Amino acid sequence: MSGQLLIEIYVFVLAVFVGFEVISKVPPTLHTPLMSGSNAISGITIVGAILATGSMPGTISATLGMIAIILAMINVVGGFMVTGRMLKMFKK
Amino acid sequence: MQDLVIPIIYLLSAVFFILGLRQLSHPRTALKGNKTASIGMLLAIIATLLNNQILDFQSIFIAILIGSAIGALLAKKVEMTSMPQLVALFNGFGGAASLLVAAAEFYRGGAFPTFIFFIITLSVLIGSVTFSGSFIAFLKLQGIMRGSPVQFKGQHVFNGLLVVLVILSSLYGILNSSQLSSMFLIIIGASLLLGILFVLPIGGADMPVVISLLNSFSGLAACATGFVIQNDALIISGSLVGASGIILTDIMCKGMNRTIWNVLFAGVGATDTNTDNLQVDPMKSIKSYEPEDTVVIFENAKQVVIVPGYGLAVAQAQHMVHELQKLLEGKGVVVKYAIHPVAGRMPGHMNVLLAEANVPYDSLYDLDQINPEFEETDVTLVIGANDVVNPAARHDTNSPIFGMPILDVDKSQTVFVLKRSMNPGFAGIENELFYKDNTIMIFGDAKDTVSKLVSELK
Repeated sequence: MSGQLLIEIYVFVLAVFVGFEVISKVPPTLHTPLMSGSNAISGITIVGAILATGSMPGTISATLGMIAIILAMINVVGGFMVTGRMLKMFKK
Repeated sequence: MQDLVIPIIYLLSAVFFILGLRQLSHPRTALKGNKTASIGMLLAIIATLLNNQILDFQSIFIAILIGSAIGALLAKKVEMTSMPQLVALFNGFGGAASLLVAAAEFYRGGAFPTFIFFIITLSVLIGSVTFSGSFIAFLKLQGIMRGSPVQFKGQHVFNGLLVVLVILSSLYGILNSSQLSSMFLIIIGASLLLGILFVLPIGGADMPVVISLLNSFSGLAACATGFVIQNDALIISGSLVGASGIILTDIMCKGMNRTIWNVLFAGVGATDTNTDNLQVDPMKSIKSYEPEDTVVIFENAKQVVIVPGYGLAVAQAQHMVHELQKLLEGKGVVVKYAIHPVAGRMPGHMNVLLAEANVPYDSLYDLDQINPEFEETDVTLVIGANDVVNPAARHDTNSPIFGMPILDVDKSQTVFVLKRSMNPGFAGIENELFYKDNTIMIFGDAKDTVSKLVSELK
């Protein structure tokens, strides 16, 4: 179990570095779209929400999971759509 | 088989997120980046649905449909001026979802190892702070709640005690497993309260920093949840968002020449700012013109620089301003926009507003690009900006905004300041600019004033 945790910590630390490297220089125009776009990515919690909802039907966990799916999905769909809307505006 | 396929799809989705974020941070590829990232999300959802632990698909699909419908509606309906609120709201939903998943994992029952409960605690803490903090930010931005800082004595000590309470409850719950459930509720309550108290003392003009920080938190919340349910997809994507939020926070702080700690704990404007030792000479007076009086000055100008601020968003004047730009350009005047990094209420707020009004991107200039140009500028038009053009930031060491990089508008021939009234800006300090010899105030609603200018120039 602790071996698993150790690997997860490895993944975490490396991913943080990747994040800093990938988003190095962002021009001001893209500050808002980057924020709403990355916000949509944080809706990845949907994965946990789906597992909680689907794997324990009828429990309180499933109910909490269902609410979590709704919230995460608002985040995902709303986030990507509004980012697209903004970026299309910039294209003109 | 699924032990292999699912993790590979998760890995693929992480790759899509990384590529998507990279494309999102370059103008030419940004739109593509948004699509790439959304494909990553679709892959992650599909991979999760392939998991054979899932028995109840109906509930999942109903919830996905409801969430998607609400999200799509919000994204379609929102006005560009309301973008900061929407982003705050989405941040909050992300935090709440992470909180709920951690709670669902807690109520799954059965004994879990000590460290898992610690991680659940951490996940609840970050998720709750993100949720309640974003909600307060939303209320402030939407104007439901006063935008100015709300502070009480010993606030920081109290916040510190809340964190200690969370840690102690977690420890106590582990040692006395019969009390685990009640401790869990205390952890949630204390964390939610902490989020509220953390954003309350932060004023309107510091919102760009707070929004960026909460954006980072929403990623870290997902990341912590990833540790709880031991899912690498959450850990990777969460950390990416966490990192991008921190980068934006850093850019915003540099824009104000302040540290993140100063923004979080100082609450500019709440304290009785040194109004006594104002650097403004009381003998000096302001000059105020009607819009009609300014036409000749505009018509004789070679270069006009427009400085937009939050007031432009409030007055919804962006379309009118573009009209003015086109009219002036028709008369052979060069028109540029000077964008301060922290103008508005979120990173890039002004860029979004002006893009909505079809202002071409190449007429927008950053602080570093435009500052050397003010000396050759005939007219600078300040619309709803205040602290970012206050010359006191350059020389008045007593000023709370001393050291903040500002737009040197006072160096231009004539400065027109469009303002509702003489009320000081967010920082609660007088603006020296208004009293300068080359500054002329035009009082009134920004949109009305600009439309009067437009009709006079026609």
